[in-house]
Amino acid sequence: MSLDAKTVTRIARLARIGLRPEEVETLGQDMGSIIDWVEQLKEVDVTGVDPMIGTGLAKPRLREDRVTDGDCRDKVLANAPEREGPFFTVPKVVE
Amino acid sequence: MSGIHDFTLASARDALKARKISAVELTNAHIDAIERLDGQLNSFITRTPDQAREGAKAADAALAKGEGGNLCGIPLGIKDLFCTNGVRTTAASKILGNFVPPYESTVTANLLKDGAVFLGKLNLDEFAMGSANLTSAFGPVENPWKRKDSEAKLVPGGSSGGSAAAVAAGLVLGATGTDTGGSIRQPAAFTGIAGIKPTYGRCSRFGTIAFASSLDQAGPMARNLQDCAILLESMAGFDPRDSTSVDTPVPNYEAALKRGVKGLRVGIPKEYHVDGMHAEIEALWQQGMTWLRDAGAEIVEVSLPHTKYGLPTYYIAALAEASSNLARYDGVRFGERVSAPSLDGLYEASRAAGFGEEVKRRILIGTHVLSSGYYDAYYLRAQKVRTLIQQDFLKAFENVDVLLTPTAPSGAFAQDEKPTDPVQMYLNDVFTVPASMAGVPALSVPAGLDARGVPLGLQLIGKFFDEETLIAAGHAIEQAAAFHHRPTLHAGVSA
Amino acid sequence: MSYRITGSTGEWEIVVGLEVHAQVVSEAKLFSGASAEYGGEPNTHVSLVDAGFPGMLPVLNQECVAQAVRTGLGLEAEINLFSRFDRKNYFYADLPTGYQISQFAHPIIGKGKVLVDLADGSTREIGVTRLHLEQDAGKSIHDQDPTRSFIDLNRAGVALMEIVSEPDIRSPEEAGAYLRKLRQILRYIGTCDGNMEEGSMRADVNVSVRKPGETEYRTRCEIKNVNSIRFVMMAIEVEAQRQIEVWEAGGTVDQETRLFDHVRSETRSLRSKEDAHDYRYFPDPDLLPLVIEQSWVDELKAALPELPEAKRARLEAEYGVSRYESSVLCVEQAIADFYETVARGADARLAANWMLGDFFAALNRTGRSIEDSPVSAEGLRELLGLISNSTINGKIAKEVLEDMVETGDSASAIVERKGLRQVTDTGAIESAIRDILAANTDKVEEYKSGKDKLFGFFVGQTMKAMKGKGNPALVNETLKKLLSE
Repeated sequence: MSLDAKTVTRIARLARIGLRPEEVETLGQDMGSIIDWVEQLKEVDVTGVDPMIGTGLAKPRLREDRVTDGDCRDKVLANAPEREGPFFTVPKVVE
Repeated sequence: MSGIHDFTLASARDALKARKISAVELTNAHIDAIERLDGQLNSFITRTPDQAREGAKAADAALAKGEGGNLCGIPLGIKDLFCTNGVRTTAASKILGNFVPPYESTVTANLLKDGAVFLGKLNLDEFAMGSANLTSAFGPVENPWKRKDSEAKLVPGGSSGGSAAAVAAGLVLGATGTDTGGSIRQPAAFTGIAGIKPTYGRCSRFGTIAFASSLDQAGPMARNLQDCAILLESMAGFDPRDSTSVDTPVPNYEAALKRGVKGLRVGIPKEYHVDGMHAEIEALWQQGMTWLRDAGAEIVEVSLPHTKYGLPTYYIAALAEASSNLARYDGVRFGERVSAPSLDGLYEASRAAGFGEEVKRRILIGTHVLSSGYYDAYYLRAQKVRTLIQQDFLKAFENVDVLLTPTAPSGAFAQDEKPTDPVQMYLNDVFTVPASMAGVPALSVPAGLDARGVPLGLQLIGKFFDEETLIAAGHAIEQAAAFHHRPTLHAGVSA
Repeated sequence: MSYRITGSTGEWEIVVGLEVHAQVVSEAKLFSGASAEYGGEPNTHVSLVDAGFPGMLPVLNQECVAQAVRTGLGLEAEINLFSRFDRKNYFYADLPTGYQISQFAHPIIGKGKVLVDLADGSTREIGVTRLHLEQDAGKSIHDQDPTRSFIDLNRAGVALMEIVSEPDIRSPEEAGAYLRKLRQILRYIGTCDGNMEEGSMRADVNVSVRKPGETEYRTRCEIKNVNSIRFVMMAIEVEAQRQIEVWEAGGTVDQETRLFDHVRSETRSLRSKEDAHDYRYFPDPDLLPLVIEQSWVDELKAALPELPEAKRARLEAEYGVSRYESSVLCVEQAIADFYETVARGADARLAANWMLGDFFAALNRTGRSIEDSPVSAEGLRELLGLISNSTINGKIAKEVLEDMVETGDSASAIVERKGLRQVTDTGAIESAIRDILAANTDKVEEYKSGKDKLFGFFVGQTMKAMKGKGNPALVNETLKKLLSE
């Protein structure tokens, strides 16, 4: 079943992807058919099954509390599409 | 001695060490081949011939002194998902079209440390999302293979399609790939080469652009498993910068080739006999069993009951992670930016312009399955099913050493035969996805040609961190299959 | 006495829960090796991990975990040996990855409690629901340019502890007391400097109101990011008042996020209806679940400093100070340490009186803190010793303390220099008294005919004549003897 325009628009808004009206419809159809297809997971009995978190192979590892990084402003800013002095810039955010 | 384009990575290494050929000669021959063939194949997004020549000179200097690592002077291609210091890295996306990372991924740093020479950055599906290399913002990659009876352009598979095509056509001696649900194995099968997806945690993910963090794993792609083994030994290893990297020693994978398969128990998962399986694929699979049996292995039927849920589970888990992983491409710190009067306008316009259709579709599905009211029904349930899939494998491996399956449900299809239904497209990964979900290693080796002359691959799936047994079994198939066919487009053919 | 607000329909009770964001004291950030230090040139305390570059991965800082555990121990809370990091997904200019790594489903610390002292001398227990670790965001600077905001990521990725209280708070005073006590505990353990001006402690305040006796909670509003204890107390008051007015006018309170404006003393809605948040929490696949060992928790526990409540109990038992005195002396560890240095080897009760009285007055007057006190603990102990051994009396001691503050000289040096040694020579005292009595025969008569109050007059005159140096006990004793002659 196709996802309705309102749902597609809400999801696109959450994902911050601007959509043209004609995209909303085709995406609604595509997403609907994929969602219908994954619905088959409802058949599986998952009672008492823990969700998988990672593959369970790596051992928890923590870093030492030492400053080993940072102080590389040029690298941080080098790819910025727009900047002002030492800052990234964005359109004014009004709170 | 045959021509320079008949080298495998291993034989080139030996020739370099013996000073029968120089690294500069070898590199120039490959740069030349790229210039001749890649206009058509489009396997490279960025070529780095000058850096390659410099690297080759340095390699020759080292070799002259009897120094240099195991890959000293070996020309390789790098999937454009690995960040390379000072060299544009795009993920085949417009949104990273001008991104030049000031850092090197751990995997490529390991290869450089061993003396490898990088010829450039290889094409892929945008953000590794695809199975045909048709979603790249830099255009599709063409498979160097042709059907016997047609000039139709075939897809090289995906997402590591550029890597597969470049290796198959002899433009590079080996390449890096990444595999999330089959992105090394399926294109390897489609182009008649070998590829290994190692155990999750074997190769560091640091500096590799993420698609789905819990599944992404780098691996080698090359003409045969010996070459893959040499590459994997260099790429693999513990990395404290990746929390999911596993601290376990890297064995000598090349040595595993000689182990043989005598007494090895090879499992045949009965659920992989899917409805409507192509007769040629079924026949190839049977052939694979025969080869292994003849080499001394024992063939055992096993069951992986949750196989049919692998794909839908994969799409939920992978797309959920992708929707979050790709949030950082917002036009603020790097990458494509489309100006707008408001911050949200900037995000929406930049992401609308920067991402291709398939990536947008996947981000939206991933966002949907995580959103309020759907999380339990989709994401949480999928992660539980994933546990069951992993348990299936662990249980099967109590009884067998490796599993044998086909790599893909068909050979390479033509670019214009791409299914319009996205679900049909996803079915390409039906055999490769379950191993990814479980985190176990798997590989694909070329095993024969279909009736139309297009290569087909067989997949072997192994136990956690037992890439050696996989390589041994894979090599037995290689020896039996004696696959020496070459694609229509090949550096050594058109020279 | 319960706190009540009287509206037009009668009395109302307020219900408050606090979410405190406390910046963890650490060298490096929660998931990167960049400096966590406050300040710094813009975008210098930033690694490529913090800036969310492609392929960058988080690795958890052990000390931040230890700090959370220590804090949990300080709150007498459950320590969860298994916890997990989730991604909280939303877009904002100062959130580089598009998600904040936080602990949503499985926090590292579970239920705990904070004991607060109220002005009327009573004590209340405020429940702590949970404490979890999360990343701070960067900073958007809005006032540098008319059309653009500037982004500084120095704070991005610094470790925060979010400490969530139960809705147990029933008055602005309790909220203030809770925050002060929490800050005190964090400072004692050294897990947060509690500096609200630098933003290292901020609170989100959940407020609702109900009629006394109601057992259900009514709809609450969340006042975001209040950055001082005083403002928290003010915000609760005005928000409760606002909600009461809404209910009493027959309306309903909407669950929403609000902002406190201390200039106008009002709260304002932050809600924009079309932009409902949906954070899409899920376990961060770049990180493993956090599993810690009980033995490590035990080690951290053994190394904890004495906490405020324990210290108070000990000071009360060991030095005989009152419940009130112990609360003042234990506000900061440094004060308690100072007190103990003074009290060991001096009269402990006298030490408490002097610390709470003249000594704190001297600190206030000079604007100094206990750390840079003009008088050392040893110096104060010497001064009190001079009182105890009757070298000087209490009144002279006040003068000596002032001199110590001013000159930095030792008490005994001042006493010698100024000749303030107390007169204990009974002959000298007797002669001074005889002179006074001789000069005031009329008053002596009045006293003898029953006007007892004049005794004080004679004491005063005697001390004055002796320039304050007379031993008070001896003066009294001698006066009584001579007046009854």
